[in-house]
Amino acid sequence: MIIFHLLLLILMPPLLFGVINKTKAWFGGRSGMPLLQPYYDIIKLLRKGMVFSTTTTWIFRIGPIVTLTTMFIAGLLVPMGRFNAPVSFTGDLILFAYLFGLSRFFTTAAALDTGSSFEGMGSAREVTFAILSEPALFFAFSVLVKMSSSFSLTTMLHSPFNELSVDIAAPLVLIAIGLFIVMLAESCRIPVDDPTTHLELTMIHEAMVLDHSGPLFGIISYASALKLFILGTVLLHIIFPFQIGTAWINWPLFICEMLGLAFVIGVIESIMARLQMNHVPYLLISALLFCAFGFVLLFR
Amino acid sequence: MTNIINTLLVLILVLNFFSLGSSRIQSIIHTVAIQGVLLGFLPLLVHSHLNIWLLLASLTAIVIKGILIPNMMSRALRNVQIKKEVEPLIGIMPSLILGAIATTFALLFTSQMPLVPEHNDKLIVPAAIATMLTGFILLTTRFKALTQVIGYLILENGIYIFGILLLGAMPMVVEMGVLLDVFVAIFVSCIIIAKINKSFSSMDTRMLSSLKE
Repeated sequence: MIIFHLLLLILMPPLLFGVINKTKAWFGGRSGMPLLQPYYDIIKLLRKGMVFSTTTTWIFRIGPIVTLTTMFIAGLLVPMGRFNAPVSFTGDLILFAYLFGLSRFFTTAAALDTGSSFEGMGSAREVTFAILSEPALFFAFSVLVKMSSSFSLTTMLHSPFNELSVDIAAPLVLIAIGLFIVMLAESCRIPVDDPTTHLELTMIHEAMVLDHSGPLFGIISYASALKLFILGTVLLHIIFPFQIGTAWINWPLFICEMLGLAFVIGVIESIMARLQMNHVPYLLISALLFCAFGFVLLFR
Repeated sequence: MTNIINTLLVLILVLNFFSLGSSRIQSIIHTVAIQGVLLGFLPLLVHSHLNIWLLLASLTAIVIKGILIPNMMSRALRNVQIKKEVEPLIGIMPSLILGAIATTFALLFTSQMPLVPEHNDKLIVPAAIATMLTGFILLTTRFKALTQVIGYLILENGIYIFGILLLGAMPMVVEMGVLLDVFVAIFVSCIIIAKINKSFSSMDTRMLSSLKE
């Protein structure tokens, strides 16, 4: 079980970007880049040399590595499909949320370390939006905690499967919508941020990593894919609280669900435009409200 | 079954927020259309035994609320050639907050109400009250005639949800009659909107106060 968990965690994330890009190309009537192109990109970046600005310090170098490590640890805490997570203890949801916080801190610190005004702007935006998306995540988690009366992610996320009582569907729908928006915001997808743009004035995440090159940039792209994968894993527990009897079928089922989620993200990116920068907080506040309503509904 | 009904009702509540939060009239019309279709499925789920009349009634509701009325409003929108509610009485964000407060109170107060036990775990009553209040907010804070018509329609949707509780006691004919009334009312108001636009070259209902004999 643990081997499968690790294999999927390490190998699958860039495939999601491949599926998203393929979907967008299909909507645009193009043939698009190959499905495995994100892997090729990352491998190519890892073989390149690095250029460091003379103003940067060790923070700049360590930032992407910390991000990758924290994401990987967070990935170990989240159960996939019907299976238990490799690492699980009481209160790991707090660790999970703050691992994201730690990675965000080091990304922004590395960006600020360059002294570039664009990167400062990107960091400011990233942190501002995180203020709104983190409470939404915590509200969603508290709904699950109340539902399962357990403080560990594995039991918590499996509770939608186990407890089919009357009053859980409505809160679950609400936190699913909230978490979906949080996932799009955290992984810098379209209504919030456009991952393909290179116009510094309008972007958030890409503006922060402008100065990274070579292997460090490869690590950053891989870590952002990993982030999307982990948040998607959390979300899938709430969207698809179903299971199939035989244990082994659940792995392919999980992979299909994940690819389906990537397809949905691709569709959203194709039919929507990025929001104006000053409208993004509204979207995140509404995500917060949805999660909070889920909480209210449960305590009614 | 209760789970599916509650899921539908929560989706209806979410659509309420969409209608309050968007300023493009076309997208509010789409929201109301989706809400109408979801509402059409409700009687089928609440009633335990299906019969042909129930099916027919639900189909009529879906066709009228999901297709006919939104089409009429879209056509009226094309005729008057405006896209946005430019300056509502209160902004988008305050009206969203008002909607959120209204929904919260609806959820909290209905638990105090003396309801029949079988309605207690369903969200029908809070959803009905919240939808009516949303329609009311839309109706009072927007100035464009078309948005006010949409507010009226959402208000009616709330009443429709409430009517589902009475489904056993009230004959379906009453429900169909209400549906027909709404259809005619919106048909007439779409014509009136076109006329307002023609004589005032604006859809702003505040202009109507300058009417003289």
